[in-house]
Amino acid sequence: MSLKAFKRALWVYHLNTGSCNGCDIEILAVLTPRYDVERFGIRLVGSPRHADVLLVTGPVIKQMVPRVKRIYEQTPDPKLVMVVGNCGIEGGVFYESYNLAGPVDQIIPVDVYVPGCPPRPEAIIHGVAMAWVKLEKAEQGVR
Amino acid sequence: MSLVIIIFGSVILVSIGGVFAMLYRGIDRKLVAHMQGRVGPPIVQPFRDVQKLLMKESIIPDGAVSWLFRAAPFVCLITSALLLLYIPLFGQKALLGEFGDALLIVYLLILPSLAYAAGGFASSSPYATVGAQREMVVLMSYEFPLAVAIVSLGWRIGHATTANPFMFSTIAEYPIWSLVGPLGIVGSLILVFTLLVVTSGKGAKVPFDVAEAETEIAGGTLVEYSGRNLCLFYLADIIKAFAMSSLVVALFIPYNLSPLVGIGTPVLAGIVDGLFFLVKVFAVMFISISVIRTAMARFKISQVSWVYIMAMTFISIVGLILIVVDLIV
Repeated sequence: MSLKAFKRALWVYHLNTGSCNGCDIEILAVLTPRYDVERFGIRLVGSPRHADVLLVTGPVIKQMVPRVKRIYEQTPDPKLVMVVGNCGIEGGVFYESYNLAGPVDQIIPVDVYVPGCPPRPEAIIHGVAMAWVKLEKAEQGVR
Repeated sequence: MSLVIIIFGSVILVSIGGVFAMLYRGIDRKLVAHMQGRVGPPIVQPFRDVQKLLMKESIIPDGAVSWLFRAAPFVCLITSALLLLYIPLFGQKALLGEFGDALLIVYLLILPSLAYAAGGFASSSPYATVGAQREMVVLMSYEFPLAVAIVSLGWRIGHATTANPFMFSTIAEYPIWSLVGPLGIVGSLILVFTLLVVTSGKGAKVPFDVAEAETEIAGGTLVEYSGRNLCLFYLADIIKAFAMSSLVVALFIPYNLSPLVGIGTPVLAGIVDGLFFLVKVFAVMFISISVIRTAMARFKISQVSWVYIMAMTFISIVGLILIVVDLIV
């Protein structure tokens, strides 16, 4: 089990749970030549089966709850969940709206929070670095 | 040839070929990134990807045909690795070269694609089914230009010698460029172009990656695969691209450097030829995979079929006619 290989080859699945598309565009900006996360081995994949990281944007609307749970279960272990944007963390501008099932961490366990509305691409990359730190701590805990 | 040599030779050849194929995939990703103005992943990235995929959980979906779903990745990797045994690599003779020729390669090249499609149909996902159907359509589309290119090469060499013109040893002994006149050289260049475009499609790379289109059908045939099974498909894809490029090299650039430079000692000559082979394969891969993949966007499925069935078939037949005319005139 080489954690080094795992954290240097993170494949990311992007899950939109009712986001306004602001965070989603910032996530795409992370892949552009200016920020280029592929140099860390990070790739955006099209299927949760291929993913190591679930990148969740948006407050979870009621209809998305079973889908979010299902996609979380479809992702093979070991996996990380990253929430990008204020909406997913505490509701953001949709705070206490009638059709929300609550922030993401009430539905699936979350590892990393990236606040911002929308967060800057640098903040998203910083979030990935925090995920690495968390993985390292987990590894030291296991040994 | 004894069984022991075949077994150990295959293991060594496939592992060396696999390592270089993965390095070349890393170089390809790096070059594409540079062409797009990015830094790109390190060259060892494919090794890290494989290592990571091996430690992931392999999920088998409830609705899938379990045995076929498990078997398809193995069949795909084994048939791709088999290609490395029949195609001459590193300037040496192919390990099983005396048992199979270029025509066998044409048939062997179908098997990995069939395994992809079988795996896709077995996964019971609508995305995978669409992907598998597209894989079959693409397979049927590029088969004809590929066959025309190889058969016209063999046909012309068959007029120069009585030996089996499709054996790689015969092709290396009578390179097409020294047999034909000016018209034939133009025809052969056209055939090389056809093979380069087919290589891009065989490797399922942009613009011909309709079967695995991530943005429209979420990974296509591979959508339900994870962990070790996905890793086998990933490796098979890498090895297939390397084998296909080696095939182009073996058919059209079968030259070795050592006789030209005049190196006599077998060991040194082997090293020089091996390095020269890597340069040739790099050139083929760079043109047929990296450049095309950077310069173009994905075709629609109907456009892929049109490109191969109409355009590439027409172009390759023009190449064939030029070679025939060259022989008659």
